[in-house]
Amino acid sequence: MYDKGKIIAGLIIGMLIIMLPFWLNIGKTRKLPDPKLSEKAKLAEKCILPTDEMRSAHQVLLVEWRDLAVRDGERLYYSEYNQKKYEISLENTCMDCHSNKKEFCDECHNFAGVTGGSSPTCWNCHNEPKE
Amino acid sequence: MDKIDRRLFLKIASLSILGVTAGSLLEVVNPKDFKDNSIEPLTKLKAKRWAMAIDLTAINEAIINNCINKCHVTHNVPNLRDKQHEVKWIWQEKYSAVFNEGDNDFNLTTLYKNKNIPVLCNQCDNPPCVRVCPTKATFSRDDGIVVMDMHRCIGCRFCMAACPYGSRSFNWTDPRPYIDKINEEYPTREKGVVEKCDFCMERLDRGELPICVEESKNTIIFGDIGNKNSEIYNILSRRTFLRRKEHLGTRPQIFYLI
Ligand code: HEC
Ligand code: HEC
Ligand code: HEC
Repeated sequence: MYDKGKIIAGLIIGMLIIMLPFWLNIGKTRKLPDPKLSEKAKLAEKCILPTDEMRSAHQVLLVEWRDLAVRDGERLYYSEYNQKKYEISLENTCMDCHSNKKEFCDECHNFAGVTGGSSPTCWNCHNEPKE
Repeated sequence: MDKIDRRLFLKIASLSILGVTAGSLLEVVNPKDFKDNSIEPLTKLKAKRWAMAIDLTAINEAIINNCINKCHVTHNVPNLRDKQHEVKWIWQEKYSAVFNEGDNDFNLTTLYKNKNIPVLCNQCDNPPCVRVCPTKATFSRDDGIVVMDMHRCIGCRFCMAACPYGSRSFNWTDPRPYIDKINEEYPTREKGVVEKCDFCMERLDRGELPICVEESKNTIIFGDIGNKNSEIYNILSRRTFLRRKEHLGTRPQIFYLI
């Protein structure tokens, strides 16, 4: 075989380059998101649905709310979970409790690369809380 | 040690006093005006068919201007001076421009020829905008209101071409810089969507009348024409009224009393 040495050296260098991202990240850990509750949310203690449900499916609830309000004219939401009635509103209900959007919503969304929930789509029209 | 001595007794006693008073200490920390976001049931206003009657014999320009202003502030309608790009939910136009078809020369209506009258979405019973919308972003509610679902609007503007009244506006630019003071409780719109008056559905659903009706000093009557006992039904059966471009068959639900 011709040029055995060159081929093997080339393969080794190629492998090193391909694996570069792994070498660069050795020993580093990625910080998990740590959403902070606002003072108001701390006092309220409970969200609208159980915490794990909110964590995994708040976008489903928001879409349900959106259709209830805009398409069905229904502005009241009864939560079995904490037996309370809420006004269906992103600005006036969710963001009133979670008024610290940057430390709460965006903390997760930036980590997970969700653009819709932080910026730009919803907040092009819906008003972000003043922080 | 099996006996409680004086020092230990004092320690336990002071700790228990602290325990008893801790509750009230915490209350001082809790803000008194804490509102937990749960609300009382809303009594929403319901109708078979919402309609509006504008009394041209009583309304004047000061009232109209106030209605326009309150509506646009409430709904975050931007103030773009450029005619080509302006956004409006309710505005005013010369009577002769609004009712410009047919022969108006020799009838009562010549009285109003030079008067400004309010114009807004006609909330048609047979709305052409709903028929042409490819995404069902515009639809008719059961109570007749023609609603825009901003979340579905793709900005194709078919509805604007279909509307014979020019009641719809397109957002050519981001509207936010042109809103003097944003009403934080209502969303704005964004570049690339169409918008129009929706009879204040968000207010009706919370039990309030449309803002222009509230500001009109009783010159705009709003109610259910599906109900024979309603004020608007009675007024429309007694008085003469006009509707815009009736011959097109859109069945507008804005009635101009003359
Ligand atoms: C093009 C502008 C626009 C965008 C973008 C938008 N909305 Fe909306 N949204 C509106 C308008 C206008 C209403 C109607 C407000 C009313 O009638 O009270 C509304 C209503 C809602 C409602 C119900 C009532 C309320 O006031 O909260 C929810 C929930 C909602 N939107 C969620 C969302 C979510 C989640 C997103 C992003 C994925 C989003 N919206 C993006 C304009 C928008
Ligand atoms: C009455 C105040 C209140 C309202 C209104 C409220 N939340 Fe919450 N939310 C909370 C509290 C308190 C928690 C934390 C619950 C816990 O730790 O068990 C929470 C938790 C959450 C979580 C999970 C956070 C995590 O750490 O995983 C999400 C997501 C969330 N809320 C989104 C929303 C959305 C979206 C709305 C509107 C539909 C909303 N919340 C309305 C108080 C509220
Ligand atoms: C515990 C972390 C977490 C918190 C806190 C959180 N989100 Fe999310 N959110 C997510 C994740 C993850 C997704 C993506 C889910 C998916 O795509 O399946 C998401 C998706 C969404 C979406 C859908 C986005 C889209 O483009 O379809 C909306 C809207 C949204 N979040 C709103 C909010 C709002 C408003 C808050 C604050 C009140 C909030 N979220 C707080 C993790 C979080």
